[in-house]
Amino acid sequence: MTAQATAQVELTYREAMREAMREAMTRDERVFLMGEDVGRYGGCFAVSMGLLEEFGPERVRDTPLSESGFVGAGIGAALGGMRPIVEIMTVNFSLLALDQILNNAATLLHMSNGQFNVPLVIRMTTGAGRQLAAQHSHSLEGWYAHIPGLRILAPATIADARGMLWPALEDPDPVLIFEHGTLYNVSGPPPDPSISVDITSAAVRRAGRDVTIVTYGGTLSKALDAADELSAGGVEAEVIDLRVLRPLDDATLLESVTRTHRVVIVDEGWRSGSLSAEISARLVEHAFYDLDAPIERVCSAEVPMPYALHLEQAALPQQADVVAAVMRTVDSRA
Amino acid sequence: MTTTAKPAKNATTTHRSRPGVDRRPRTTEFEMLRDMTRIRRFEERCVELYSATKIRGFLHLCIGEEAIPVGVMRALTDDDAVVSTYREHGHALARGMTMGALLGEMFGKQSGCSGGRGGSMHLFDAARRFYGGNAIVGGGLPVAVGLALAEKMRGTNNVVACLFGDGAMAEGEFHESANLAALWHLPVVFFCENNLYAMGTSLAREHAQTDLALRAASYGMVAWPADGMDVLAVVDAARRAVELARSGSGPCFVELRTYRFRAHSMYDPDRYRDKAEIEQWRHRDPIPALTEKLRAAGVLSDDDLTEIEAEILTEIDKAVAEAEAAPEEPVGDLTRFVTSEPRREQ
Repeated sequence: MTAQATAQVELTYREAMREAMREAMTRDERVFLMGEDVGRYGGCFAVSMGLLEEFGPERVRDTPLSESGFVGAGIGAALGGMRPIVEIMTVNFSLLALDQILNNAATLLHMSNGQFNVPLVIRMTTGAGRQLAAQHSHSLEGWYAHIPGLRILAPATIADARGMLWPALEDPDPVLIFEHGTLYNVSGPPPDPSISVDITSAAVRRAGRDVTIVTYGGTLSKALDAADELSAGGVEAEVIDLRVLRPLDDATLLESVTRTHRVVIVDEGWRSGSLSAEISARLVEHAFYDLDAPIERVCSAEVPMPYALHLEQAALPQQADVVAAVMRTVDSRA
Repeated sequence: MTTTAKPAKNATTTHRSRPGVDRRPRTTEFEMLRDMTRIRRFEERCVELYSATKIRGFLHLCIGEEAIPVGVMRALTDDDAVVSTYREHGHALARGMTMGALLGEMFGKQSGCSGGRGGSMHLFDAARRFYGGNAIVGGGLPVAVGLALAEKMRGTNNVVACLFGDGAMAEGEFHESANLAALWHLPVVFFCENNLYAMGTSLAREHAQTDLALRAASYGMVAWPADGMDVLAVVDAARRAVELARSGSGPCFVELRTYRFRAHSMYDPDRYRDKAEIEQWRHRDPIPALTEKLRAAGVLSDDDLTEIEAEILTEIDKAVAEAEAAPEEPVGDLTRFVTSEPRREQ
């Protein structure tokens, strides 16, 4: 292969996540993957394709359709000295395992006075945009971000998809990774392996002086596109990718807001009682006097996600909604 | 902090012996009588302490069911793991946890096995591989299956004992766990303590099929019922089950038929059971039953019984005094252990 051909090889988000799992299983024999159809089928979104053939059925385990059972088994295996990666098909299905995630994974360490930690990683798909209707499309990561004891990650880039898994496995406590379903086919240059990826901080994806757009996961690209559109009109938006939904990186948000004085939060979750509400509250608590305009939120319509393309798109935050929200904050300039 | 703590080499001696009790060699039956009596007297004192408001929250007693913890724990090695429920004082004591650790916990003190964070329903002991008191009915079962998966993947010879009640068999988590354990041939023993009531709902009012072993067997595992009011029957069944699981043939299930003499919890007025039914079961009390057996065999004297009671009383009094004297967990430590500290090195 020529140098030029090598440079042209792009990696998809799906492949990045697969590479991350392959690397983890190669580096640490305690790491294994289990979930519905992760093995012979290759993963419902083909993320684990080929791993069964490479690592065998002991380490790539197809489970029955028993979310509570196999998530709980992941917790037990983690307690027993393994480093499981549990894949749940979608966040809607994870509700069947909510008992195990909240009452055991997030709770055992504290309830046992530090005796039993749960080094478990749970990966799942989240979000809409693929016409999968109301039981496969919601964005419930904000609910999980409510729970003390969990670390919640939302990789939005190829580099984060590739780099977040290993530090998540090194974390002694449970980590949930939310992969937005529309990202799997996104491709880009392979990340530079010399750049380490943390699971603690937010990232400024675009610098700007006029307004801070806070987002994560599947809406990052919409926010960046909106920022480009705004730039053409002379408004420079800073775009922050939260990356870590719990614990929130307040410092990065506050540093930006104290410079831009305006905030638009873009969150595919529902508005009421949401992650966007939490961020908004924190900014009001800690940066009230730095704000020059009311905080704006762009969220999904408060409906179960519909099937029809035009309805689904109408329910989701769109680039135009972000631009309009930014313009409202900017137009309120004194 | 560790997830794979190995008990000390002398753990058997340490956690089977109690101060002032093991003065001369005794038969296994004698020890089992003593251990059951110890759990009974401990819980009777807990009732008094609850009335005195020293213990708060929910308090679930296993009075009447003591043959099960004593019989099951005797079948395990120190390297085996135990997953239990909110009615777990007996399991914890029989596993070797001290009365002081339990009472300290129920008093909400720093000396408690969970630093006052768990209470009666959430007793934990990493050194004894006691993975808690789980108070979500059925919630411990998937965890037990996962622990067994870890043992299998790590190539150990250890078994996981998973204790739960008849109520848990109506939960989906039982069925998911039984299927997964059988499918993957995992070394877990499901010990169902069938005391005929899921809180206030009787077995027949809750289950379409009340033959619990039959239902477990439908998952392709060996399953059978045993008399949970006879400690010798329990230990025999538990040993067979544990050895089966240890042999690599997969999980098994033992339905231990038992009865709680007291209400579900201290809050429960017990309006759903016939007094006559309770009396009938009291005639099968495992402690007098074994006492009479040993007396008839001429291996238990009145002096022995007096000595057992005196030693247990001393142990309880000492544990109560310790719990009373222990400091409270500092409020400043409230948020410790929400996440691990320090971050574990890889």
